Amino acid sequence: MSAAPLLEVKDLRVEFPTRGGTLVAVDGVSFSIAPGEVLGVVGESGAGKSLTGMAIIGLLEPPGRIAAGEIRLEGERIDRLPGERMRKIRGRRIGAIFQDPLTSLNPLYTVGDQLVETILTHLDVNRAAARSRALKLLAEVGIPAPEARVEHYPHQFSGGMRQRVVIALALCAEPRLIVADEPTTALDVSIQAQIIALLKRLAREHGTAVMLITHDMGVIAETADRVAVMYAGRLAELGPVREVIHQPRHPYTAGLMGSIPKIGTVKRHQRLVQIDGAMPRLNAIPPGCAFNPRCPKRFGRCTAERPEPLPIGNALASCWLYADGPR
Amino acid sequence: MPTDLDNRSLVRLIEVGRDFDVSRPWLNRVVEGAPRQLLRAVDSVSFEVRKSETLALVGESGCGKSTVARLIVGLYPLSRGRIEFDGTDLAAPGTDAPALRRRMQMIFQDPYASLNPRWRVRDIVAEPIRVLGLAASPQAERDEVAELLRQVKLSPDDGDKYPHEFSGGQRQRISIARALSGNPEFLVCDEPTSALDVSVQAQILNLMTELQERLGLTYLFISHNLAVVSHIADRVGVMYLGRMVELAEADQLFASPRHPYTRMLMDAIPDLQMSGKSRTPVAGEVPNPLAPPEGCAFHPRCPHANQRCRTERPILSGSGTAAVACHAVEEGRL
Repeated sequence: MSAAPLLEVKDLRVEFPTRGGTLVAVDGVSFSIAPGEVLGVVGESGAGKSLTGMAIIGLLEPPGRIAAGEIRLEGERIDRLPGERMRKIRGRRIGAIFQDPLTSLNPLYTVGDQLVETILTHLDVNRAAARSRALKLLAEVGIPAPEARVEHYPHQFSGGMRQRVVIALALCAEPRLIVADEPTTALDVSIQAQIIALLKRLAREHGTAVMLITHDMGVIAETADRVAVMYAGRLAELGPVREVIHQPRHPYTAGLMGSIPKIGTVKRHQRLVQIDGAMPRLNAIPPGCAFNPRCPKRFGRCTAERPEPLPIGNALASCWLYADGPR
Repeated sequence: MPTDLDNRSLVRLIEVGRDFDVSRPWLNRVVEGAPRQLLRAVDSVSFEVRKSETLALVGESGCGKSTVARLIVGLYPLSRGRIEFDGTDLAAPGTDAPALRRRMQMIFQDPYASLNPRWRVRDIVAEPIRVLGLAASPQAERDEVAELLRQVKLSPDDGDKYPHEFSGGQRQRISIARALSGNPEFLVCDEPTSALDVSVQAQILNLMTELQERLGLTYLFISHNLAVVSHIADRVGVMYLGRMVELAEADQLFASPRHPYTRMLMDAIPDLQMSGKSRTPVAGEVPNPLAPPEGCAFHPRCPHANQRCRTERPILSGSGTAAVACHAVEEGRL
C-alpha cells in the first residue's frame, strides 16, 4: 500500500494507574492503515488489541489513559481532543462495530429509528432523505426486505442480522475508518463467513480503512491485507497477511500458527505445537523481550534488551533474531 | 487394528428425544388462548460411543449438541428414547443408575463458572473422591489430589489456592483433574476449549489426548469448531436442529462430507492456508426451532432440495463407517 495512511498510530502507550503501580497495557505500538485496507490485529486475551482499538476511537475507560504516543486520522491528531470533538469524529469519520450486536443496539427503538437518528446526527439531511438512506444501508448490508425490516425492533432480528444492522449503523455517515472489535466472534461459522465477506466488500467498494480486531487467525487470513500480531501489549510482528501466515518470523507467531488445529494437515492423536506457559500478567512482564521465558530460540540479548520492530522481508518482527550481532 | 473388544460400545443412545416447555405462563395461556409450546431440542437421536474412542458432536448453536451431553450424564431427564451405559438401560427399573453414572464425568465450557470460587482447588478436586468414598484416609486423599494435579500439569502446591488465582487454561486443567478424580471411564466434554485462547487450547487438547492414551478414556466431545474436531475425534456426528444429519469416521467425513449441511459447514471455515479456493457463500440462517420446517429440516437452505425433501423426513441410514440423513444422497442425486 503506497497511498498516504488514513490512520497512523505512533508509539502508543496505554496505562492503567492502580494502587499496586502503573500497568502498561499497550506499550510502544505503531502501525498505519491505508484507505481501503483491512488491517487485522490479532492476539490472545490480554494482549492489548481491544485497548488499542478503544484508544483510537477515544473510548478508553478511566482510569485507563493514553500516556504517550500519537494517533492521527487523515493527518489530524485525535488522541488528545476534548470529549465533545471526539464525539463528532466518532460515527462521522470513525465507525465502530463491537462483538455483541445485542448490546450495541437500543432495544426500545426500531432499527429504522436508530439508523435515522444516527444519520441526522452526522449528516446535513432531512428526515425523508435520512430514511431513504437507512433503507439503502440495510439493503447494502444484505438484509432482505428492508422496507419491512426497518420498522422492526432489534429482538426481532437473528444474531447474524443484528450484526448486519450494527454494521449499517457504523456505515451511516460513510466513515473513513471502521474499527471492528471481534465482529464475528458471537456468531456461528456459517453466519461468520457472510459477515466477513460483507466487511471485505465494503472496504473495497467504499475505500474505507478497516481495523479488524480478532483472536481468530482464520478470520484474519480471509479478510485482512496486513496483520499485526500483539503480545503482552506490544507488537510482535506486522506484515502482509500471506507472509505472516506462511512464514511467521517472530517465534510467538510461529508458535501461535502451529497451535491452531487445521483440517487435513495434522493427523489425529498427534500433538499440536504447544507454547508452554502463558502470557505474562501486566504486572509481571519480564525484562527484555516479553516473550523470552516461553521462547524456544531465546539467547542472552533477549532477557536483557527489549527488541524494537526490525525489518525482515516485507514484515517487521520485534525479535533479536533479526538483528546483527552475536547470538 | 482395533479388536472386537475395543469396538464394544460403552454408551448407546436409542431414539433419544428431549422437549422443553417454552409455553407462556398459565395465566397468559388462559387469557390469550395461546397453546402450549414445546421446543424439540433433541429429536430421535441414536448413536453409540465405543470404548476408548473420541466421538465428536458438531453443529451450530441451538442444534441440540449440548442437550445431548446433558441427557447422557443425567442433568436433564429424557422425554423419549433410552440411553444404555455399558449395556445397561440407565432408566430401566432395578438399574443402579448412580453406580453407572459414577463412571462418567463432565467437563464444562466455562472454567470461570464451573468452579466454586469459595473453595480451595484441593477441595474442588477432592469432592468426587469424598462423595464417592474413594479414599481410605485423609492422607490417601491428599496424595490422590496431588497426583491428579500433577497429571494435569499443575503443581501439587496449587491445591492451596483459589480458582481466581488461575488463568482460564489452568482452570480448565482443574476441571479436568476434578472430572478424573472419580476414576471415570467416560468423559463428556462440552466445548472444553471454546473459552480459551488458541495457544492454551492446544495445551488442553494435547493434555486430553495424552490422558486418553494413558488412562484409556472414552470421550464424547461437543464442539462447534470443525478444525478442533478434526484433530481430536475418531468419529464425528453432525447435528442440525435437534437431529443427527451425518455420522461418519472423522477421516471420511472431512475428506468427503456427504450431507449438504456438512458440506456447507466445511465451506464456511475460514481458509487459513489461503489457498485462494473459492467458497460458495452460505445462504440463510438456522430456522426457528419452535417451528422447524416440514420434511428435512435443512431443506430451506439446501441447494439440492426437491419436493420429497419438503415433505418427507429423511432417516439416518448408511453402511459401515458413514451414515447420512439425506434424500439426495440416498437417491444418488448428490
